[in-house]
Amino acid sequence: MDIQEIIQPENLVYERTQCLTDATLSYCPGCGHGVIHRLTMEVIEEMGIQQDTLGVASVGCSVLAYDFMNIDMTQAPHGRATAVATGIKRCWPNKFVFTYQGDGDLAAIGTAETIHTCNRGENLLIIFVNNGIYGMTGGQMAPTTLPGMKSSTSPYGRDVELMGNPINITDMVSRLPGTYFATRQSVHKPGNVRKTKKALRMAFENQKLNKGTSIVEIVSNCNSGWKMTPAESNKWMEEHMFPFYPLGDMKVNGEMVEKK
Amino acid sequence: MGELKLMKGNEAVAEAAIRAGADAYFGYPITPQSEVMEYLALQQPHKRTGMVLLQAESEIAAINMVYGAASTGKRAMTSSSSPGISLKQEGISYLAGAELPCLILNVVRGGPGLGTIQPSQADYFQSTKGGGHGDYHLIVLAPSSVQEMADFAKLGFELAEKYRNPAMILSDGVIGQMMEKVELFEQQPRKSEFNEDWMLTGKTADRKKRVVTSLDLEPTKMEKHNLALIEKYRAMEENEVRYEEIACEDAEYIMVAYGSSARICQKTVQMAREDGIKVGLLRPITLFPFPKKRIAELANRVKGFLSVEMSSGQMVEDVKLAVNGKTKVEHYGRMGGMIHSPEQVLCGLNEFLVD
Ligand SMILES: Cc1ncc(C[n+]2csc(CCOP(=O)(O)OP(=O)(O)O)c2C)c(N)n1
Ligand code: SF4
Repeated sequence: MDIQEIIQPENLVYERTQCLTDATLSYCPGCGHGVIHRLTMEVIEEMGIQQDTLGVASVGCSVLAYDFMNIDMTQAPHGRATAVATGIKRCWPNKFVFTYQGDGDLAAIGTAETIHTCNRGENLLIIFVNNGIYGMTGGQMAPTTLPGMKSSTSPYGRDVELMGNPINITDMVSRLPGTYFATRQSVHKPGNVRKTKKALRMAFENQKLNKGTSIVEIVSNCNSGWKMTPAESNKWMEEHMFPFYPLGDMKVNGEMVEKK
Repeated sequence: MGELKLMKGNEAVAEAAIRAGADAYFGYPITPQSEVMEYLALQQPHKRTGMVLLQAESEIAAINMVYGAASTGKRAMTSSSSPGISLKQEGISYLAGAELPCLILNVVRGGPGLGTIQPSQADYFQSTKGGGHGDYHLIVLAPSSVQEMADFAKLGFELAEKYRNPAMILSDGVIGQMMEKVELFEQQPRKSEFNEDWMLTGKTADRKKRVVTSLDLEPTKMEKHNLALIEKYRAMEENEVRYEEIACEDAEYIMVAYGSSARICQKTVQMAREDGIKVGLLRPITLFPFPKKRIAELANRVKGFLSVEMSSGQMVEDVKLAVNGKTKVEHYGRMGGMIHSPEQVLCGLNEFLVD
């Protein structure tokens, strides 16, 4: 049997979701953004809510998310995605609304919007991709850059005495009364991909309940910014990022999850 | 005749916004315009018309909430005063770039910096020349009465939607705070149809996805987009110039003034005429588009123009551009929260212009 005989529709086990466009992803090979896009769109497709979903792209590597996601989307100024999403959701309470933001966007320039959106309990979903660095602008220090971690603006490693500490913003907002669901996941292994998808599904389902904000943080690699191969970056992420940003649920159905 | 009420300018604009069928207001308190949100809060617009009212955590958040609402085709507005409007500029630039209609009210106070809470007209440059980054213009309406505060809320939304461009009401602390009789127009229904091809309503099987963005990484496309915007501004200049002339027919000198300065200058016209000085008043109602054609016409026959503004002289530059050297153009104005009296304007007129 040659390869052409195998590539037949009846043998198809995996295909592009309807909710992704045909555009070629502009992300660096090995980057987690593509997987996260796909999972988000799979959930929307499986829930059958394509026509009821409005997305907000932010400023960062994912600024062009609207080229890849086959849904109606707008593009927010740097840090303001949750304010833009609030404007949409308040006017269209029955639509599913989500933002897609990086750590610089959500936890530095947009910190106030993030906190107040969660505190008001806006009934929307924040997808937060934490790669510990400013990917798009070329690898500068982010609010989430680890102590000692090198970036183009902390070339000798983040010196917390001089540059301050990294911020664990999902943990912070999980404690706000308006936050209904807060979790931290990753997409670097198949098991984690499944868990992330489950979390995203739950977050979209939550919007039907109208009980508050859902935030799904995904700790992800930036192999280009970290100057590693994709495989190295995933290993580095497990060894360095996860101890500082432990995976797991922080708040589910409005209740804080007890840490063992 | 519509319902008559005695109202503050800030209240009139808020009432008119509800009546104009606004879908949403997002704001942040700042003097001298906090009555806008306070009036709306008392009115409970969600009960009257279903209009959304939300006090945001900052002016930045507020303008971006407007951006979100506007990207779905909703009629959204915000209001603030000078320092808050400065904060909104990035968002306003995005709104203009993404071609989204909305209404922004600036009840100007003295600056720079935290300045003063007293009235001023020192935000003219910021409002008419763009304000934020990039090549763009707002439609700028300058009310000179409480009545116009109400009327321009409706007109502002209409022009914004006609051109898919943010519109600004450039008011000041005098017009915002003073009380006058106002005739209110009838309640209009809120929009019920959102079927224009740019509005985000959710992608259905029978149409392509829609994207609201101001970004294009391809410079050739970005240039095209800029050219299209310029076309739009030209069309505004062609069709939307509004101004009022008082005693200009036989005038030898013309004062150009907008907003509360124009009200003051009306008195100066009377006083000057009693002194035998033939002076008229041209009141631009739209500051962008600016009535430059009319000023150019008048420049052929008058001896000079005096731009009267509560600033160090901003609109005077546009008057000069319109006059283009044909005759003398001077500026008079108090600033920093001080309001010139009709007598002071008359002195200025005599000192700078009348020989
Ligand atoms: C107001 C403003 N400031 C700065 C920038 C430049 N800028 C673009 S992307 C970015 C950082 C994005 O980092 P992050 O949110 O972590 O996303 P990533 O690129 O890592 O996915 C910055 C600072 C901008 N576009 N706008
Ligand atoms: S720069 Fe980093 S975050 Fe951006 S696409 Fe490349 S790997 Fe991904």
